[in-house]
Amino acid sequence: MLLESFYSDLPKIIIASEDILTPGDQPRVLIAMNPAALKANIADLEPGGTAIINIDTFTAGNLKKAGYDSNPLKDGSLAGYRIFEVPIITLNRNALAKIEGMTQRQIDRSGNMFALGLAFWLFDRPLKPTKEFIAKKFVKKTKVIEANHIALQAGYNYGNITRRFQVRYRIKPAALKPGTYRRVTGNQAIALGLVTAAKKAGKPLFYGTYPITPASDILHHLATMKNFDVRTFQAEDEIAAIGSVIGAAYGGAIAATGSSGPGIALKTEAINLAVMAELPMVIINVQRSGPSTGMPTKTEQADLLQVMFGRNSESPVPVLAASTPGNCFYIALEAVRLAVRASVPVFVLSDSYLANSASPWLIPNPDDIPNIEVSHPTKLNSDDEFLPFKRDTETMAPLWAIPGTPGLEHRVGGLAKEPETGDVSYLPEHNQQLMEERLEKVEKLADVIPEVPIFGQTKGDMLVISWGSTFGAVRTAVERLEKSNMVASHVHLHHLNPFPPNLGNILNQFKRILVPELNMGQLSLLLKRRFPEHTYLKLNKMQGRPLMIKDVLDKLKELLGGVK
Amino acid sequence: MSDIPKLTRKDFISHRSVRWCPGCGDYAILAQLQRTLPELGIPKENIVFISGIGCSSRFPYYMNTYGFHSIHGRAPTLATGLKIANPDLSIWVITGDGDGLSIGGNHFIHAMRRNIDINVILFNNRIYGLTKGQYSPTSPQGLRTKSSPMGSLETPFNPISIALASEATFIARTFDTDLKHMAKMIKRAYAHKGISFIEIYQNCVIFNNKTWDYATNRKTRAENVVELEHGKPLIFGKNKDKAIRIKTFEPEIVSLDEVDEEQLMIHDEQAPSAIPYLLSRMRHPNLPEPIGVFRDVQMPTYEQGLLAQIDEAIQKKGEGKLSDLYHSADMWTVESTKE
Repeated sequence: MLLESFYSDLPKIIIASEDILTPGDQPRVLIAMNPAALKANIADLEPGGTAIINIDTFTAGNLKKAGYDSNPLKDGSLAGYRIFEVPIITLNRNALAKIEGMTQRQIDRSGNMFALGLAFWLFDRPLKPTKEFIAKKFVKKTKVIEANHIALQAGYNYGNITRRFQVRYRIKPAALKPGTYRRVTGNQAIALGLVTAAKKAGKPLFYGTYPITPASDILHHLATMKNFDVRTFQAEDEIAAIGSVIGAAYGGAIAATGSSGPGIALKTEAINLAVMAELPMVIINVQRSGPSTGMPTKTEQADLLQVMFGRNSESPVPVLAASTPGNCFYIALEAVRLAVRASVPVFVLSDSYLANSASPWLIPNPDDIPNIEVSHPTKLNSDDEFLPFKRDTETMAPLWAIPGTPGLEHRVGGLAKEPETGDVSYLPEHNQQLMEERLEKVEKLADVIPEVPIFGQTKGDMLVISWGSTFGAVRTAVERLEKSNMVASHVHLHHLNPFPPNLGNILNQFKRILVPELNMGQLSLLLKRRFPEHTYLKLNKMQGRPLMIKDVLDKLKELLGGVK
Repeated sequence: MSDIPKLTRKDFISHRSVRWCPGCGDYAILAQLQRTLPELGIPKENIVFISGIGCSSRFPYYMNTYGFHSIHGRAPTLATGLKIANPDLSIWVITGDGDGLSIGGNHFIHAMRRNIDINVILFNNRIYGLTKGQYSPTSPQGLRTKSSPMGSLETPFNPISIALASEATFIARTFDTDLKHMAKMIKRAYAHKGISFIEIYQNCVIFNNKTWDYATNRKTRAENVVELEHGKPLIFGKNKDKAIRIKTFEPEIVSLDEVDEEQLMIHDEQAPSAIPYLLSRMRHPNLPEPIGVFRDVQMPTYEQGLLAQIDEAIQKKGEGKLSDLYHSADMWTVESTKE
């Protein structure tokens, strides 16, 4: 069981017997603690779903405050759902009456635990883990622990005793790979991934950043990991944050920064300096709904083109995107690996939904994670001078020479350069050559990017391509097509620049390609640029909310209608 | 430091030809840094010059040390990250009045208050030179430039006052024409642990020629400049016959013939910052302008604090083990099942 994301104002709980791929989707059961909550969330409930209504709060005053002209429980507007009216406040007060020394207000605050207990009965889940969680969370506050335990149990018992609920969902244990699991949020997983990468490179981790929703938690997590030689720096602004990262990368640290779209916009000029100086670093963009301040707490995946192209002149950088909270760990590791290999800033795209949602994470054995090879030159690489921009023939990366190394003193900067020496040069042919070299080293990363797996048949009528946090919704929708006797295949991209080497071949095997995205068609545009011979059908949603299974399923059914 | 080979000025001259206008004050500063650095006993490979954008910011190219010519106003941020990554380096930020105080103003004040152990040298010529002559944040009000043909309307910044207000722990001022004094300030800045800030009055021969003439001209200098020396009165004048006294929170000029010595202001580099602030407000033509060390106080540096926290965390929790980190949460085990 997962206590999950907060994409609406209600916490979501997802319970499933299959591996849960999305950290939150359309709920089957809605518990509305008051009319306002009902109004805000009823649209999310799947058709025919169950709504449990805390009837104590459905007073004329509250209904009016929530903007209801008439009582929805009486006017038939909830006809498509199964409605259960439960006086949660009254029942909870009765249950807690025996505890002495608690005010009415304190008692009512545990009403949500009563509701949770009822939900656990409905889904046949044990109370023990939650009871343990409560005991840990309120350690030393024995009265609070007692009250919450009683409320939780009372809700469960209410479901059990009243026999009012005709539905009870019985769920088999999820078929997860054997092993030891924990929960991680996306931001936690990024922090764990960065620390792991630094450790695997045998380097300190430098994380320079400026607080911004929804990226700040990465800093909070890393700031508690100082015993891993993690050096966190809260800068005076976004520009100072990336400036410090450039300085730390120049000094030989594994360096990273995290922000969100508006902050990335401020960092733009400095990122180009990093591109010109050819220094390895990781830039995390935890996307949020925009443009401008937009909806800072809501999710979106519309910064793909920003990180690809949002800088002056030609500025090629690798771009990666995480698909699940747990996957953020591996994407952070991969970003460091590629950054060091090509000596280039690498973008990681996460989003608000991944950042704040938790999913089970199969804890890896750190010994199974390969080392990240880093080398700094210590000697001259020509007869009489040091050539910092002489490139490795395999990776096309320049040398990462760090201050403190005797004999290799040299100057770098944002001005155009002469090849190899890195001396300032405005010669036309030098500029052309450097532009091509910087592009080529990024494209050459495709040599070490794994082939993208295809889910479903390897050729056919319909291929769905997705990236980022829509993974779970898209994969589940494709799986569920089967019930309607329809078929599609699915490819989910973690590498957006360069694309996986086999992507072109996959595209050639399908008649139609659908690209669902939480933007107005950004991956579609990148695909069109790289593989112009195909047509890309689009499914675009920009509501500050995650993509739902139903969104994709409906679209696929519409496209595949009649085809068996 | 005996194991470090003796370096000379030549070791610090890069192979790049210097591209400042003939007569630019920057030449003197470059030469003096190249002369002074060998005397500091730092291994050359541990010296890094970092600059932003502007005439002065070409400086790193001409020093045969590590160097980073970054972007406009941001040099202090790179220096901060670099110092945290490698505290053993001796880092010198070269900036100007436009780079450091206009576009980079925010980084300037925060670098000052953070007290990271880097040296910031601000070449103040009171004009934008590289962009060919617009008024800068230190240009005097009324200055006629290409962007202010009828005179600048803005009140100028006072770099020393800003550094003081930003809690900098070492603050000094010198001139591009007084090489001896400049060398002294460079050495003092290096010796100071924590942020060191030097303002250099520097002449832009093309766009703002003789802006500091009253202070740098041999004929007028003695009357218009007073040299700060720790523990000594602020004596100045051609005949060394004048000094500064503080009366009702304002500095005033007094004649040595007319006042007792105990009434004179005695310079104290560790005085509360209100005192050097009064000194920073002494401006021509009303008062002589001070050069020398305004403030030199010892405070814990940022990087020392950061490394101390890392040591403390290691002592408390032990050196980080990834396996422990991964397992520091509620866990559950999924057994392998065969249905």
